[in-house]
Amino acid sequence: MTAAPLLEMRGISKRFPGVVALDSVNLQVGRGEVVAVCGENGAGKSTLMKILGGVHQPDAGEILMDGQPVKIQNVTDAMKFGIAFIHQELNVLENLDVAANVFLGREPKNAFGLIDRKKIHADTAPFLQRLGLPVSTRARLETLSIAHQQMVEIAKALSLNAHIIIMDEPTSSLTLSETKRLLALVCELAGQGVSVIYISHRLGEIDQCADRIVVLRDGKNAGALSEAEATHDKLVNLMVGREIKSFYVKSEAQKTPAFFRVRNVVSPLYPRKKVSFDAARGEILGFAGLVGAGRSETAKAIVGLDSSPEKEIILDGKNISIDSPRDAIEQGIYLVPENRRTEGLVVEMSVRENVTLPSLKIFSRFGLIQRQRECKVAREQIDSLQIKTPGVETRVMNLSGGTQQKVVLGKWLAMSPRVMIFDEPTRGIDVGAKAEIYRIMRTLAEKGAVILMISSDMEEILNVSDRIAVMHEGEITGVLERADCTEENVMQLAVGRKIPLAQPAFEK
Amino acid sequence: MKKELGIFILLVVLCAVTGFENPRFFSQANLVNMANLIGLFGIFSLGAGLVIITAGIDLSVGSMIALIGMLLVMALTEWHWWWPLALLFVAAVSMILGLAHGFLITRFKMQPFIVTLCGLLLYRGIARFIAQDTTKGFGDAEGFKALQSFASGKLFGTPMPFVLLILISIVMWVVLHRSIYGRYLFAVGRNEEATRFSGINTRFVIAGTYVVAGLLTGISAILFAFYTNSVSPSTHGNFYELYGIAAAVLGGCSLRGGEGSIIGILIGVALLQVLQNLVNLLGIPSSLNFAVMGAVVLIGVLADQIFKNRARKKISNR
Repeated sequence: MTAAPLLEMRGISKRFPGVVALDSVNLQVGRGEVVAVCGENGAGKSTLMKILGGVHQPDAGEILMDGQPVKIQNVTDAMKFGIAFIHQELNVLENLDVAANVFLGREPKNAFGLIDRKKIHADTAPFLQRLGLPVSTRARLETLSIAHQQMVEIAKALSLNAHIIIMDEPTSSLTLSETKRLLALVCELAGQGVSVIYISHRLGEIDQCADRIVVLRDGKNAGALSEAEATHDKLVNLMVGREIKSFYVKSEAQKTPAFFRVRNVVSPLYPRKKVSFDAARGEILGFAGLVGAGRSETAKAIVGLDSSPEKEIILDGKNISIDSPRDAIEQGIYLVPENRRTEGLVVEMSVRENVTLPSLKIFSRFGLIQRQRECKVAREQIDSLQIKTPGVETRVMNLSGGTQQKVVLGKWLAMSPRVMIFDEPTRGIDVGAKAEIYRIMRTLAEKGAVILMISSDMEEILNVSDRIAVMHEGEITGVLERADCTEENVMQLAVGRKIPLAQPAFEK
Repeated sequence: MKKELGIFILLVVLCAVTGFENPRFFSQANLVNMANLIGLFGIFSLGAGLVIITAGIDLSVGSMIALIGMLLVMALTEWHWWWPLALLFVAAVSMILGLAHGFLITRFKMQPFIVTLCGLLLYRGIARFIAQDTTKGFGDAEGFKALQSFASGKLFGTPMPFVLLILISIVMWVVLHRSIYGRYLFAVGRNEEATRFSGINTRFVIAGTYVVAGLLTGISAILFAFYTNSVSPSTHGNFYELYGIAAAVLGGCSLRGGEGSIIGILIGVALLQVLQNLVNLLGIPSSLNFAVMGAVVLIGVLADQIFKNRARKKISNR
């Protein structure tokens, strides 16, 4: 009889309002094993890890440690069972030193009831040595690189006597050499008997450090690969193959290719990479990619929210310069941002005030707002977009997500869009409202606008786009024509693999 | 509107109670005196309120009133400038100081509290230095009698500062509640990020507000100088910034930004002056003056917060 694995998750299910995030998922982790968990955006990786970390409670299923069923009710429980979670966004206090971070919340006291400073520094040092982290225990975290801050979190996990360390996209903000060091460290930790659950999109890294790969798809187990059998193709094969309902409708719109040309856009996330592409008038050009590929950042740079001095934008044959969002708006280039509530709307203000915010100048005289015309514009948008609000004066915060998104659209449709960039236009929106938003996008394209749609929802990207540009780590890996728009092709490009079918993003 | 109504009722009740206890409250002399003070304090409080609506704060008001007052006295009595020129000069200085605040806050992302706290210390020091720490007065106003009689005079029996406050309030009401700039001001105070995404130059809006606040403080400073007829650089205008902030907050401005109204600020200013008057007329020891003010502001804001929390609960219980 073989010993029970260190950790076993059995039949874990989790349902959120409107979606089944996990559907009886199983996961086993042995002592000293490195298990990679892979899957597309929204496959359920994060939810599964949050359940293990005590952030969420499963609706069904059980968790066993050393063969014994356990209940992980909260983060403290998870720590007690030796499970540590290194989040993608690090949880460190930058204003405190290394030792203070490692011992946060369980500071040893001296005879006077004060923090025993000598002891925490002395106790921290061995962990830093074990990780090969060449910094003083007295260094403030803000003086350390991201990679070193991450190591401090790992040191904290080890000091808590963690047997299982969950790393969520740990290399997303590391440089190449830092990534190598981290991967080596993961192997070392495994050698010391610590198990690691490694979540990443980057297949190269997974190849290097994982003993086993578990693939999730649509909240279910899609399969597992051992280190020996893992190849790029097999992995992508497991990740794709979701059941995707097809509802693409061929558009009859007259298309003018290369109506909107974008060259050399640099985003702050990938300062060394340039993005260039052409989009046609009358088309919906989808932007696919895994989270963190730099799609939103590129969009922000295009509309002048982030500076990108070398960029060139040509619209309808004319070279235009965009240094601020105002410039973009004056050219009819609008961005529907990813975060509705923080970037798209002033939620405490009314529907009327939100709809008219970018276009106030149009119906003002001598700097004074003409209230009647303002109300008329707001009402027109409410009618044409069928915004479900009790009235123009209702505060946006009291509306549903889908309705709020329509208010954001109303802001821009009250003017004349020539290029509309939609960043995750249907995130957190119910099915009915989604269909309406797709219809609005299509109508806009048919009326002669250029539509760019960034989306992490595979179904949406495959069904709504006329062509798909796929990004990987700050670059466009290729553009798929409609006939080649399959999940598999998108995924290959999204993990950085060139495929012969893919077209270049622009003509030189 | 509810908020303004609540504090307005408080104002009316306090007036009625004070008038009932001491009929002198409604005497013409007392009302004129109070109107004068409301005018003087109201003009800069409007500026303080605007700044608060952008989610900022201006702590430099009192020192600025001392510095501008001192510059005015010296320009008129020592440098013998033609009085319209002197007025232009002090107005320009106050706007430039406001612009400096706005520039530091928007360009270098400094915190308004720090910037204007440094202003508070800096301007007080400069005022004392240029006057060699002595009190300077207008004397017999030789050469600027017209200005003096305008600033401290009356129009149909109403003190000029009060008249000016009404005029400025009308202008500011239009600006804040009817103009594009006013709309941007509220939007920036609520959510600067979304406002920027809507193509609005948020830096310009915020910096502009500090300039307007500077100008309003400058106008107040001119009137205060003629009200006291002399400026003692170490005490003139002390703590006035706190009057402005208290009035604005009492009148419904939230330090979190994006909330407030001209009417509210005016009622707040009036309430604070009535409170001071009430302390005098009802025989409350004048040493308690500040304590009474503090208590009323605290209760007012607390009541408002409790009301808000209840409203929020109601929404979430729906």
